[in-house]
Amino acid sequence: MSKLFSRDSWSEIIEALSSNWFRTVMTAFGVLWGIFILVILLAAGNGLENGIKQGFSGMATNSMFMWSQTASQPYKGLPKGRRYNFKTDDVAAIKQNVPGLRFVSPRNQLGGFRGSNNVVRGLQTGAFNVYGDYPEIIEQQPMDITSGRFINYSDINEKRKVAIIGSGVVSTLYDPGEEVIGSYIKINGVNFMVIGTYKKTGQNGDPEEMQKEIYVPFTSFSQAFNMADIVGWMAITAKDGFSITELKQQVFDEIKTRHSIHPDDDRAIGNFDLYQEFSKINGLFTALNFVAFFVGILVLLSGVIGISNIMLIVVKERTKEIGIRRALGATPWEIRSQILLESVFLTIISGMAGIIFATLILAAVNYQLSTMDTSEMMFINPSVNIGVVVIALLILIVSGLLAGLIPAQNAIKIKPVEALRTE
Amino acid sequence: MGKNSLHVLKGINFTVSEGEMVSIMGSSGSGKSTLLNILGILDEADEGAYNLDGTLIKNLNERVAARYRNKFLGFIFQSFNLINYKSALDNVSMPLYYQGVKRNIRNEKAMHYLEKVGLADWASHLPNELSGGQKQRVAIARALASDPKVLLADEPTGALDTKTSYEVMELIQGINDEGKTILIVTHEDDIAHMTKRIVNLKDGLIIDDSTVKQVRAKSAANV
Repeated sequence: MSKLFSRDSWSEIIEALSSNWFRTVMTAFGVLWGIFILVILLAAGNGLENGIKQGFSGMATNSMFMWSQTASQPYKGLPKGRRYNFKTDDVAAIKQNVPGLRFVSPRNQLGGFRGSNNVVRGLQTGAFNVYGDYPEIIEQQPMDITSGRFINYSDINEKRKVAIIGSGVVSTLYDPGEEVIGSYIKINGVNFMVIGTYKKTGQNGDPEEMQKEIYVPFTSFSQAFNMADIVGWMAITAKDGFSITELKQQVFDEIKTRHSIHPDDDRAIGNFDLYQEFSKINGLFTALNFVAFFVGILVLLSGVIGISNIMLIVVKERTKEIGIRRALGATPWEIRSQILLESVFLTIISGMAGIIFATLILAAVNYQLSTMDTSEMMFINPSVNIGVVVIALLILIVSGLLAGLIPAQNAIKIKPVEALRTE
Repeated sequence: MGKNSLHVLKGINFTVSEGEMVSIMGSSGSGKSTLLNILGILDEADEGAYNLDGTLIKNLNERVAARYRNKFLGFIFQSFNLINYKSALDNVSMPLYYQGVKRNIRNEKAMHYLEKVGLADWASHLPNELSGGQKQRVAIARALASDPKVLLADEPTGALDTKTSYEVMELIQGINDEGKTILIVTHEDDIAHMTKRIVNLKDGLIIDDSTVKQVRAKSAANV
């Protein structure tokens, strides 16, 4: 081991490698290229992943949405095809009986896609989605509050008729430059004071439609639009460390018992599991990463085979030199370790060069991307983390050793007499 | 190495004592190089015993053989066998490197031996910048570097002209005068007569082993 750190063995290696510069460089290029491809592929996969996940940015991905449908099986004397609604009591019951949930937000909705005009302000009218919501919804479906504030619990408790409107609503109902906060809009004939505006980002859904929403407190919504204790649907988020996919069955069971639904009636409750969708995308990127590693390592392997080949030739060429060294008292191990070190050194140096080269390219790409608006792009911040680089280096060391193994073995197989006889 | 083994040496029995200078002569194929390789622990005899400085050399593994070569023996080859990409100094210090001697001590010693062969000024030169005689002198310095018991020379003057040959022989004689045991394989009569004892080989057998009056290379060169 002490040989590893002695200046002498390193100068031996440098001397041997620099005795044929051109060949050394050409050999090194194979590995350089391999590691370059590996890093670039991984970084590109990462960039794509970052881009796609930006669509989910801030969204609580450990969430599901659940709505009531019609009972498809008769139960407890109730007929099939029966309609029912979630109630506000259900929310409290779910919160109480299902552990591991972070948010249970009841929601109601008015208007809808291509609905008729339902919002009036002075002479302007527009058709917008109006939601009755709790303050937590902003944690589950993030939006930027561009002015004013979002709903709070005082609004809920006092059933204040206040509204937060999207930038699409503002541009339809207001003239440019007009003061929005504090003005009133009439939703289905009921006046609400505007207390905030928002803008949503991300690529999920129609970006234009997303700005045309109005949020009002859930309680005010129920009272103003005669919803009584009906809950349209719920957005449920699990705590970190819990999976909503695992918890949702408990939620369904709770609803089924409360609404006299047959325990096996899975069609009575509709749901959309965001976590499951997110996991699918995650799986895709795991696969993508795997492909990148696979391809990268294969390319690297061909580079390593190149090194192994050259080392074989080097050993052949230096048969006589090896013979001389052994006549002068070099042990087989000294010869073998020199060949191995040469191979590892060459692999690591060229691998490092490849990593540096790839890093420079990535830095250039990142610099280009930083000058652009990336919020709508599918490709952001292509990068590899240091762990991957360390793994790549380990692969390099191991492959360098492997590349040198056969040639080193060849080198000591030659007897000194035969080596010296070669003229 | 074919499957058919060829018995080159058929019964050699001789002893060289310390401080002797022996030449081994014989026509080509007589087995003189094989003998030298066995003496140099580069090759091993199928039968028989070889004692070097009281140590029986038999069935050594390569590691031990390498240590013995390094400690006991110095080699001088016909084709010099210097390492091309190393300077004269580095070539000379090579056996010391394998002894694990520290770099500065190694270079100091190597320099000392280069001075001894009169090539101190050429220390930083590569072998291909040196003449044949100079190369052989570097090789001699290298053989001496590890301060071996025995110097084995395989046709040391085979690739040199007469004048240079004599210069090299003069150097080797000087080393012998200092007490080193030297074995020289040669087929040149004049070179053989510059040693103190001539062993004649023919077909793997010693046909003649006689002490001769040493001809000094210096005086021979002046003839």
